[in-house]
Amino acid sequence: MSVASANSSPAGGDKRRQMQLPFSKAVEISLKSVRIRFARSLITAAGIFLGIAFYSSVQTSAVFSDIQADIIRVKREQLAAGAKLTPDEIRMISAADANKAEENNAKTRLQWLSIMGLIVCTVGITNAMLMSVTERYKEIGTMKCLGALDSFVVKLFFIESCLLGFIASVAGCVLGWLLISLVNLISLGPAAFGVMFWQRSLLLIATSAALGTFLTFIATIAPAVRAAKMPPAAALRVEI
Amino acid sequence: MAANEYIVRTKGLVKEYTMGDQVLKALNGVDLDIYRGEYISIMGPSGSGKSTLFNAIGGLDKPTAGSVFINDVDMAQLDAKELAYLRCHTIGYIFQTFNLIPVMTALENVTLPTVFAGMSTDDGIERGIELLELVGLGERLHHKPSELSGGQQQRVAIARSLANNPSIILADEPTGNLDLRTGTEIIELLRKLNKEQGVTIISATHDLKMLDVSDRIVWIRDGRIAKIEERKDIEIKVGEMEREGENETAH
Repeated sequence: MSVASANSSPAGGDKRRQMQLPFSKAVEISLKSVRIRFARSLITAAGIFLGIAFYSSVQTSAVFSDIQADIIRVKREQLAAGAKLTPDEIRMISAADANKAEENNAKTRLQWLSIMGLIVCTVGITNAMLMSVTERYKEIGTMKCLGALDSFVVKLFFIESCLLGFIASVAGCVLGWLLISLVNLISLGPAAFGVMFWQRSLLLIATSAALGTFLTFIATIAPAVRAAKMPPAAALRVEI
Repeated sequence: MAANEYIVRTKGLVKEYTMGDQVLKALNGVDLDIYRGEYISIMGPSGSGKSTLFNAIGGLDKPTAGSVFINDVDMAQLDAKELAYLRCHTIGYIFQTFNLIPVMTALENVTLPTVFAGMSTDDGIERGIELLELVGLGERLHHKPSELSGGQQQRVAIARSLANNPSIILADEPTGNLDLRTGTEIIELLRKLNKEQGVTIISATHDLKMLDVSDRIVWIRDGRIAKIEERKDIEIKVGEMEREGENETAH
């Protein structure tokens, strides 16, 4: 964190202290705030959770469709090399050949769905964070009356949103991934769960979680900064 | 001593609110000088502009025109950081709706301003306990606002306003949400602080009980100062005042 700009006023030293000290305090207050408003936090988190769960499930579906394509490709290569395949496997390849056009269609659809998933997720998170800031205008106004700097108020919300965003995103993407994996375990059998699956799953969970946390952070910036910049009188006047 | 005589001065204070295409003048040229150590009540019916004046003096809102001087410093010249410093160290606020942070205990609420002042946690807690004992809540340090009565909440708010030894306490209708007896207790507490600690108390109110303890009463009407009276002049006219107040409340 940058040090408060040199101040001409005699109280400059105190102000610098005021700037730097409350980070641990901000974490403490944010944590307390999440814990005590647990039900409310849960709803906020649910918005993020569901958005990311949807996104992650769509992405997991994409992984399975790639895996399936890969299995068929390997089988076809084996067939070309003159290997003996079971009738079941040959039937699978010919079915895939017949459905080639449809397969491509499904792939495009999945990509669209994935973009939609991202949009739904962003809207859910923005809405959740907007509500969580808006309902606390009065609290923000009070803190500013007591001498809180704008930056402290913003910090408070950023810590809280990152925390909520991270936990909800991890939970959400694991749920989405787990559901789709289970469905595919039933339809495809254990053969699909090879190295490729685990590699891509790990990548997918990591990116979904990072994406969820990032989106939560982004969605908090506007409302938190706006609330912190409000004159205290205006913030106190807001009735929800 | 002359420079120190006034703690708050306002000059030609104007505050306009725009509602649609209508411009509402909540304050229309207020000149007010407040002495150090004074207990002053700003009286007036609702809608007269007293809360707006309160907000302007406290630096909670920017006036449209005119200026507010606190300790001879023009508040309009202060940047956000200096303003926060002023709110933290020089002014303590008390509100009609208490405005305690609901998720914090009484002690944490009182300690919060000391955090903003950069005080260490231990010192802050010590200060918080001392203040809560001063307002008679030494037994309820760890209660949440929701577990306290209105009067107790207002006591916590008063303790909080004192946390950083302010020289001014601004109270916006401190008894507005309290019953008669609790209101009287709060007024007595404020008076005690004023007498014993020399804190300047500026209170916006339409509670006539306040008249008894105020050194001066400033009457606001339609965004202007109607009259300023010393307490000794006003005592006999309380009944009359009450009727005037009633006529004005339908705004």
